Amino acid sequence: MRIIRYIVKKEFKQIFRNKGMLPIIFILPVLQLVILSNAATYEIKNIMVGYVDADNSSSSRGLVERFDASTYFYVTNKFASEKEASEAMQGGSIDAYINIPTNFERDLQKDKINEVGVFIDAIDGSAAGVINVYISQIIKSYNKNIRLDLIQVSDGVQKTNNIDSIPLFWYNNTLNYKTFMVPGILVLLVTMITLFLSGMNIVREKEIGTLEQINVTPIKKHHFIIGKLFPFWVLGMGLLTIGLILAKVIFNTPMIGNLGLLYAYTSVYILVILGMGLFISNFTETQQQAMFIAWFFIVIFILMSGLFTPIESMPKWAQILTEFNPIKYFVEIIRMVMLKGSGFTDIFPLAIKTLAYAIVMNGLAVWSYKKTT
Amino acid sequence: MMNNNVIQVENLSKLFGDFAAVDTISFHVKAGEIFGFLGANGAGKTTAMKMLIGILSPTSGTATVAGFDVYKEAENIKKNIGYMSQKFALYDDLTVKENITFFGGIYGLTKKQIDQKRCELVEELGLQEVTNSLVASLPLGWKQKLAFSVSLLHEPKIVFLDEPTGGVDPITRRQFWEMIYKAAHQGTTIFVTTHYMDEAEYCDRVSIMVNGKIEALDTPKKLKENYNTNTMNDVFLKLARG
Repeated sequence: MRIIRYIVKKEFKQIFRNKGMLPIIFILPVLQLVILSNAATYEIKNIMVGYVDADNSSSSRGLVERFDASTYFYVTNKFASEKEASEAMQGGSIDAYINIPTNFERDLQKDKINEVGVFIDAIDGSAAGVINVYISQIIKSYNKNIRLDLIQVSDGVQKTNNIDSIPLFWYNNTLNYKTFMVPGILVLLVTMITLFLSGMNIVREKEIGTLEQINVTPIKKHHFIIGKLFPFWVLGMGLLTIGLILAKVIFNTPMIGNLGLLYAYTSVYILVILGMGLFISNFTETQQQAMFIAWFFIVIFILMSGLFTPIESMPKWAQILTEFNPIKYFVEIIRMVMLKGSGFTDIFPLAIKTLAYAIVMNGLAVWSYKKTT
Repeated sequence: MMNNNVIQVENLSKLFGDFAAVDTISFHVKAGEIFGFLGANGAGKTTAMKMLIGILSPTSGTATVAGFDVYKEAENIKKNIGYMSQKFALYDDLTVKENITFFGGIYGLTKKQIDQKRCELVEELGLQEVTNSLVASLPLGWKQKLAFSVSLLHEPKIVFLDEPTGGVDPITRRQFWEMIYKAAHQGTTIFVTTHYMDEAEYCDRVSIMVNGKIEALDTPKKLKENYNTNTMNDVFLKLARG
């Protein structure tokens, strides 16, 4: 125990003496949280929409006005022909256009089936899907009002028989994407900083030769490793705290659940990451190698974490792979605890997997750390 | 210990692929001896030393250090030896005092022992002025002396020095050897590798390694007689050139 304390003291001194590293540890995560949380959005806004109006009637203008009134759309301009509109889309100045055919108003009044062409730039498939939904909703509501008008005009009796669904959005009822993103990004920075620092720390001692000096002492492997990793565990917890404070102060992210539970989970989670960092440093000779390997894993972990794209929509094999992604567990749990107020029993299945992961990872790390080559 | 030998090596080899970095060497080192381990660059000195200090597994042969087997009891060996590598291996970003405290700590010394040792060391090396300066700011000679002292912190039976005076000025080298003598006088066995043939003269016995093999092993006096030369330098040149 005493020996561990000597190592921990030494590590902290080195961390806080490293003037190049300190800002990276504490300032970059703050910037990341502020920038990413504001920029990484699922919301599709500012959709540039053009139209071709061959009918030029009060009904067709009414439809266009509805788009104009929507906060999601900018109606850019009216094109003389479909060709012009498609050229504009090719050039990227519009995201979608609507083609209103001749006799639009006449057909509407006759209560005939009517078709409006909608063309969407679908390079970003998911964005196109969302745009489609928005446009359909506008057209549908327009349609309904028109029908209502027509019905009232024709026989004065309301006989709409639509079934309407009224959605209730739980847990994030204003559909604020920041509420959704901030906890996830918090996970990222806790993970990245602790993985990079722990991964490079021991390799650094290899590079400067001090590791050899330590390996000729009778120090026990686990003493050394605990002493080495504990400071980064503390840093990780510190980063979580800073992140939570920022989330509250800047983004007013709801924190419904028990923060104690979140801290308890994080304390286990960071062990997984530290074990991974140590494992990486055992198999690399230079900080550069360690950095590249850490990056490789971080990128995969982030993109497959459910942070940006839902895991449920990944192919089956990818979903199985995500079982090995620690970030996935943390993202899910932090959202559950902070946004839904999930309790211990709710997160238990995920937490137990994380614990098992921590044990396996650290077991591997200790096993692969060799004092003798 | 049965005999007086603190290091006993029989047919020790280390192969890297097909290359025999150390090729069936045998020797012993007596307690309290200053044993010089000479050889050109790449002759296998460092490899041999790393096997003896328990951080490199031998390919074949046997060796005991301080009575412990290098294969099975490396951790016991480590309790009984000190080591100073050819690359300066203290922490540049810690102060003199912090380095001493750290290494004393991981050797399991008590706080009291560490404080006492530190005072002795600082006094002996004349480092009073710089105890709280970062090691990075010290001149190389001082660093080397500090590293040597740190390797003696836990009062090991044997201390291994890998080219301890590389890149150091003659005055500091002289002082360094005085420290080595002092440690030897107090009963510590010294196992030292060097390039400097004048330093070889200071050793009780020297071995000369050429291409992984020990080609000669005796007192400097006997070696000079055997090879019919006046200096160790000539002995070395005769052997190394083959």
